[in-house]
Formats: sequence, structure tokens, C-alpha cells
Amino acid sequence: MTKKIKNLNLNFGPQHPAAHGVLRLILELDGEVVEKADPHIGLLHRGTEKLIENKTYMQAVPYFDRLDYVAPMNQEHAFALAIEKILKIEVPIRAQFIRVMFCEIGRILSHILNVTTQALDVGALTPSLWGFEERETLMTFYERASGSRLHANYFRAGGVHQDLPAGLEADIAKFCDNFPKIINDLENLLTDNRIFKQRNVDIGIVSKEDALDYSFSGVMIRGSGVPWDLRKSQPYDCYNQLEFKVPVGKNGDCYDRYLCRIEEMKESISIIKQCLAKMEKGPIKTFDGKISPPSKKEIKQSMEALIHHFKLFTEGYRVPKDEIYTAVEAPKGEFGVYLISDGSSKPYKCKIRAPGFSHLQSMDYLIKGHMLADVPAVLGSLDIVFGEVDR
Amino acid sequence: MTSLTDLEKKINSELTTKINSTGIKHNQLYVEIDKEDLIDVTLFIKTNKNTKFRQLIDITVVDYPEKTQRFKIVYLFLSHEFNQRMVLSYEINENEVISSLTSIFPSANWMEREVFDMYGVSFKDHPDLRRILTDYGFKGHPLRKDFPLTGHTEVRYSEDKKKVINEPVKLEQNYRNFDYESPWEGTKYIKEQTKNDKKN
Repeated sequence: MTKKIKNLNLNFGPQHPAAHGVLRLILELDGEVVEKADPHIGLLHRGTEKLIENKTYMQAVPYFDRLDYVAPMNQEHAFALAIEKILKIEVPIRAQFIRVMFCEIGRILSHILNVTTQALDVGALTPSLWGFEERETLMTFYERASGSRLHANYFRAGGVHQDLPAGLEADIAKFCDNFPKIINDLENLLTDNRIFKQRNVDIGIVSKEDALDYSFSGVMIRGSGVPWDLRKSQPYDCYNQLEFKVPVGKNGDCYDRYLCRIEEMKESISIIKQCLAKMEKGPIKTFDGKISPPSKKEIKQSMEALIHHFKLFTEGYRVPKDEIYTAVEAPKGEFGVYLISDGSSKPYKCKIRAPGFSHLQSMDYLIKGHMLADVPAVLGSLDIVFGEVDR
Repeated sequence: MTSLTDLEKKINSELTTKINSTGIKHNQLYVEIDKEDLIDVTLFIKTNKNTKFRQLIDITVVDYPEKTQRFKIVYLFLSHEFNQRMVLSYEINENEVISSLTSIFPSANWMEREVFDMYGVSFKDHPDLRRILTDYGFKGHPLRKDFPLTGHTEVRYSEDKKKVINEPVKLEQNYRNFDYESPWEGTKYIKEQTKNDKKN
């Protein structure tokens, strides 16, 4: 008598702590080996693009915080840059440094979360306890600058919303002096850890060619040995005035991607330090009254300022008819905004290109032939946040 | 190949019959083609040693409901080697079926599924054309301009049926769209009035 063997279908998520959000993954298993993975996404779909089409340019900014909610300002940056390019606005140098500094803080926020939760997925609890304490400190910096820990709504076309409060720069500098020690502690726990290496080395290998074909970007492509970083190759704001290295992996496995993230955090610290050193007092947004709102003091004294304020917060500023794609190097990869303006004060179309979308798409390719226990490890190293994948 | 103008010349000379128009702005090359030439043009720019657009960044659609060629399909490409970006586009009617890029770029799979989900544009030869972002059993294509912002149905948990149900949207107050256009440049009713005054 012959026995018929059937593959097992396993439903991973949508409520699974290692799924990093609301991912429903249908796995086809042959014993413990994964034959096929079919991710079902969209459980966090909020129609961001549709909503943006119905809001003025200024009202659209907060939606970008809610995409990749672990590094909110990096997304706002892409949107602000897109509008600035269409309107041809010069951003004051202090504003550029503030923006770059907060983008790097966002990068550290995101990488801490990813590295520590990936460790959590493969069985190490301590890193996340240590790392989240630092994230809390960084989020207080966000709060002091913008008023909220997560959904900052801080970047504007033409600069930032307000200047840094007194004392913040000194506190960030103090953090930069302390943080390398924390990275060291994390590395002591993980980099040479036998269990961590067994779970990550040679898992989820991506070759150079495949990384290109699957539209990978950010750490996912650098881990495979492609030295591509938009901050270097297509510098925006003041990145061309800053010195930093781009860490590149060799083997393209989960462990290399982890190493890249650790190195990137060190580089980010150096960038923040340079920003603090080069920052001088000065304006933090463009003077063009048709785009950036006047200060409260001016509103009380000047009729023109009052009219500008009223027009900006009812009608909003108009953006001439144009079409543009702008991308920034977000912590997770290339985050892009494809913006079509039609001359009114609302975008005609705003397509958001999220790096996580194409990374998650390759799940089937990455996980085929691996064991079930490797699924969380690979998923962790992809650095998925559902806010941006589902939009 | 270094500059975008060289690239523009190169593409124009190699693919003369297939290119409708080209242009450079914002440091990107914009190319318009016909629907039928998509596969040829994409294969050329991916493999040619002077272009090497090895990465498909995104696929999206712009909806112009008032035009006869309603949808403009947009492809964004990136060449790492020459550090260049290109925007490829063509226009189609509402019911036209277009070819899929999945055989050239595997990453086109989900992007095309998203286009199908959001705009209802179908692809031929796509291996797995299902909805991707919207709910199971969702009807309509939300990013079309004629789809209302509030949607058609809302979801709630029904205590009677002990399950999640879909119902037509009921709002206490409808979504309001104010006309903020500057009266000095003329809101619609003032524009119409002045037009009538001039006639009389």
C-alpha cells in the first residue's frame, strides 16, 4: 500500500509577534521545509494616497509620518523635497542641517528597532530591552523639536516648522558621545554570539543580480555587495557637505545585513556630530510668504502677514503643473514620492514608493527551501514595517 | 554615456520608430511610447550596455477621467551604473489590457497587482493577478477619481450575527469639500456671474 503525502499549509499571522505587524503569510510546508510563501498584505491599508489627493500640500505631511512610523521624518523629507523641486525653493542652510540631523536620528531609531527585534525573533531578549531605552531618548529629541514623539509633522516645503529649542543641540551632542558605547554593548551581545550566528549566517542569501531584479534598495542591496546609497550617489539637502562611509556586505545573508545596520548606526552618529558642528544660527525656513506661514508676532503687526496666514491655512499654497519623482535614502531603502501637481493647492496624484513593498514581495524567493524556523529570521532582516508596505 | 542629453539622443536614435516624445526635467528623462512597444523598449533599456536600467522602481497610473485615453501608465526605472532615472509612460483607454513586465522584472509582479487593485487596469500574461491591498471581496477601484473618498461600504462587528459584516457607509455628516480658491482670482460662482454680466 502506498501512502499519499500531502504538503501542509500553514497560516502565519496576521496576529503573530514575529510578523512585525499585520502580515498574513500562507506557507506551504513539506515537513519542516518551506516550499512556497504567499504573503497577504493590505491589512493596514488606509488609503494614504487617496487621502493626500484630497488635502492641501501642508495637510498631507502628517500622512507621511504614518507610513514608516519608526522613522517618520525620513518620509516627510521625500515629500518636502519633491515640492521644493517643483516650486524651485532654496532651503536655508540651517534648515538643511536640522533636517539631515533628524533623518539620521530616524535612521538610528529604525535600525535599533530592527536589530533588536530581529535578535528577539531568534531568541535573544536583552538587546531589545537595552535598545528601546535609547529609542526613548531619541524620541524625546523628536518631541522637543516637533512636539510629538512619533508623528512629528515637522518638515515643511522650504525648511522645518520651527527652530530647535534651547539646549537641544547640547543634549543631542551628549547622546552622540554615549551612544557608541551602547552599540558596543549590543555588538558584544550579538555579533559573535554563537546562537545568533547559527540563526543568521547563510540564511536568506540574495545575490547581486537578484537584488537588482527584485528592486531591492537600502541595506537589502548593500548587504549583497552593491555600493549604492542615494545619500552619496544622488545627494539631497546638505549630504554632499558631510563625510560618511557606506558599509557594504559581502555574502548577502541575514548576518551581513545585520552588520551593515550596525555600521550604519555608527556612521549616522558621525553625521549627526558633523551637522551639530556645522550648524550656525540662521533662518529655518524660506522667507517666501506665499509658502511658509509668518510668525505669530508678524501676524499681530502686519496686515500682509495676516492675509498670508489666512490664505495658507485655508487654501494652502499652489504648486504649478508638473510631474516629478523624488527619492531619499530612508532607513529601509529608497523611499520615493511620485508627485503630479495640476496648479491647484492639492496634489493631483501622489504615488508613494515604499522600499518594504518590494522587499516583502521577494519573500517567496528568499524563503524557498529554508526551514520554518528561518521564516522569522528572514522576515526580521527584511526590515518590514506595515505602515509603509500597506500605505 | 554620462549625461542625460546623450542618453536621450541614444534612445531616440536606436528606437526612433517606437518613441513618441522625450524630454528632460528635474534631472530625469521622460519618455512617451505606444502601448504595443512596452516590452521592446523595456528589454532594450534593461540590456543595452549604454543604458543599463537594471531596476524597476515602481509602476503607477494617473487617472484623467475627462480624457478619452483615460489612464496614463507610468514606469520608473533606475540605472545604478550611470546613476540615471527614467520615467516611461503611455496612455490607454479604460478597457484596454496591457502587457505585463513580470518576465523581465520579477518585481513587477506586486506592482502590477497594485495597479490592478487600485485602478482596475488588467495585464495579460501576469502569473497571479489578484487584489493586493484592499480587503478580501472588495468591490471597485479606490484610486480612480470617480471613487468617493469615503468609499461605498464600511465594516463593523455585528453582535447579532457574531461576525464582521459589510454595510453601506452611513455618515453623521458627509465629507465636506470647501472651495477655498481665492475670490480675487474668482471662485466658480463669481466667474460665472461675471461671464453672464459681460454677456448682458
